Amino acid sequence: MTDSPVGAPRPPTAEADSAPGGVGSRRFRGAANYLALLPFHAYIAVFLILPTLIVAYGAITTASGTPTLENVALLFTDETFVDAFGKSIQLALSTAIAGAVIGALLAWAVVRGDPNGLLRQLVIAASGVLAQFGGVMLAFAFLATFGFNGLATLFVRDSLHLEILTDASWLYSLTGLVVVYTYFQIPLMLIVFLPSLDGLRQEWYDASESLGGSSWSFWRNVGGPILAPSFLGALLLLFTNAFSAYATAAALISQGSPIITLQIAGSLSSEVVLGRENVGKALALGMIVVVSLVMLLYALIQRRASRWVR
Amino acid sequence: MQNKQIRFAAMFGITAILLAACSSSGATSAPASAAAPSAAASQSAAASAAVDAKDAKSAADMGGVDAVCAAGKTEGQVTLIATPANWANYGQMITDFSAKYGIKVQSDQPDTDSAGEIKAATDLAGTGRQPDIFDLGSVVAAAHLDMYAPYQPATWADIPDANKEATGLWINNYTGFISIAYDTKVGEITKAADLADAKYKGKVALNGDPLKASAGFNGVVMAALANGGSADNIAPGVDFFKKLSDSGNLLPVDPNDASVASGQTPIVIDWTYNQGGLIASLAPKGITWKVTIPSDAPPVAAYYNEAINKDAAHPAAARCWVEYVFSDAGQNTWLKGFALPVRLAAMQTAGTADAAAVAAVNAPATAPVQLTQAQIDTATKYLTDNWKFIAIK
Repeated sequence: MTDSPVGAPRPPTAEADSAPGGVGSRRFRGAANYLALLPFHAYIAVFLILPTLIVAYGAITTASGTPTLENVALLFTDETFVDAFGKSIQLALSTAIAGAVIGALLAWAVVRGDPNGLLRQLVIAASGVLAQFGGVMLAFAFLATFGFNGLATLFVRDSLHLEILTDASWLYSLTGLVVVYTYFQIPLMLIVFLPSLDGLRQEWYDASESLGGSSWSFWRNVGGPILAPSFLGALLLLFTNAFSAYATAAALISQGSPIITLQIAGSLSSEVVLGRENVGKALALGMIVVVSLVMLLYALIQRRASRWVR
Repeated sequence: MQNKQIRFAAMFGITAILLAACSSSGATSAPASAAAPSAAASQSAAASAAVDAKDAKSAADMGGVDAVCAAGKTEGQVTLIATPANWANYGQMITDFSAKYGIKVQSDQPDTDSAGEIKAATDLAGTGRQPDIFDLGSVVAAAHLDMYAPYQPATWADIPDANKEATGLWINNYTGFISIAYDTKVGEITKAADLADAKYKGKVALNGDPLKASAGFNGVVMAALANGGSADNIAPGVDFFKKLSDSGNLLPVDPNDASVASGQTPIVIDWTYNQGGLIASLAPKGITWKVTIPSDAPPVAAYYNEAINKDAAHPAAARCWVEYVFSDAGQNTWLKGFALPVRLAAMQTAGTADAAAVAAVNAPATAPVQLTQAQIDTATKYLTDNWKFIAIK
């Protein structure tokens, strides 16, 4: 998430108000600011722009370096890849929405409690851990609990004599991935959204109420607009988090590579089919494009949602 | 190797790796062996040991195996890659080698795969940290012939011609057989057809996607052979797995030590050398883990290949390592790890094979099936089009 616009509208800063100083000093300050940003730009160049260029270059060349559009064309013509992109987007979107809604409600519950209370401390600490609880460990935890021979599966079947969990094949389907991913999406949402909710002041609610506003009109006209930008930002974060996740799915579904990150892994490390590294780069480029589009969409919505800030 | 964990974090992971690849492209030649004198001129002095270790094509070029290993000891270390301790008994192999020759073994990236070995050699070329020795699947080995130094160990004559490149660029080192490994609590399994039994619903796992991992791929080959297919026609194997998938017997899960130990994957189709090592580690947990080579198909084999990096930083130590793994001692070490070494037949004739280990593997007498490159190509093409039935809903 970027800066959270929640809280009081920014007080006018000294900088904006001060009478224009000497042109030279302002220019100097600009240069100094730029210098301070240099490490950041270098970082972006090395870790974001350069890798993107390398991926893009690989995607449009053959292994020997001749230009080709074949790899990129595969993204649209190969049924497996089209399907994998569809599944990945579907998975990322559904877990982002589920995680954002449930996580936001949970965060709201926490905010309403005692700010120094034990519950809040516990929930935040637990969320910090669980948001990072992914990969093989998470997949294994679900397997051991809800797999065909899982603890819960066997308990429900043998002790409760219910057949609801017996067919554990749901765990290895898209439904399974959605459930497993949501497990780390909810705590992540809680962590990133909590500060925004903390910025929502009781006084505003009181003010709205004293002016005759209902709870609905408060959320419609005050709370909602204030929280919307950070909620959307969190949603975007959750989307990319799920879209680019790899290890959890790899441990849970090793056959058939149904989502795009698994397809990329296959193209890079197959022992059976060689020479598909650049197809992998084309797939990665496809992922970059999808995330870019989502970010663009986010920026547009954000502009609209935060009109009141300007 | 196959199916050991692949680590990356999607896009940025990949791009970071690519970045690393680009930042280290120099290909300076490795430092020459300290022990072997520089030797361009010494070709003619055939009687004495005088060839630079980098150029030695057999131990004789350097004055015998002892001279090779003495030079290796001076170099101090040999760098291996993709050799985890629990894979084909590599842990024991490394310990024994170090003890015998006083050469430190640096085992890098134990969990990488064959493609990763080649990549590490390219990326790290000239840094001194590049792998000296490769242990490659056949497909990858055949694709990078320009990266190896030809070398023929002392036991060269024992190795059948079909199992080596004529000049010694690569040599088949060990293979497994595709086995069905299972917890005896689920019942008795002797053949592939048993896996279709309704009582095994949700219990059967194949180690890796056949389009990615050699174990998964050859598991399908085994199923094909057991169902009327052949090395040229794996369709019946795909159909068999489709049947297992439809009946819910096949789990799409990637089996590993933990999933086996916890009972989530009580039946695993995998190489003998992966599963054989689990027998001892699972016994204390009360699991009797049995590794059986299915009786309704000829055994399916796929050799790994030993090759020396031609840019090895420790050329003499690398050659010493190759001498050791193809010696009786090294070959028996693999055998004890349920990997069938390439010299097994010759050693059995000579009476030097470890009898207990041979009995433990219990390899069938039938000649094993190993797919040729052309057959692999046909099979992967078929798999690409048809291994889709597990597509998730």
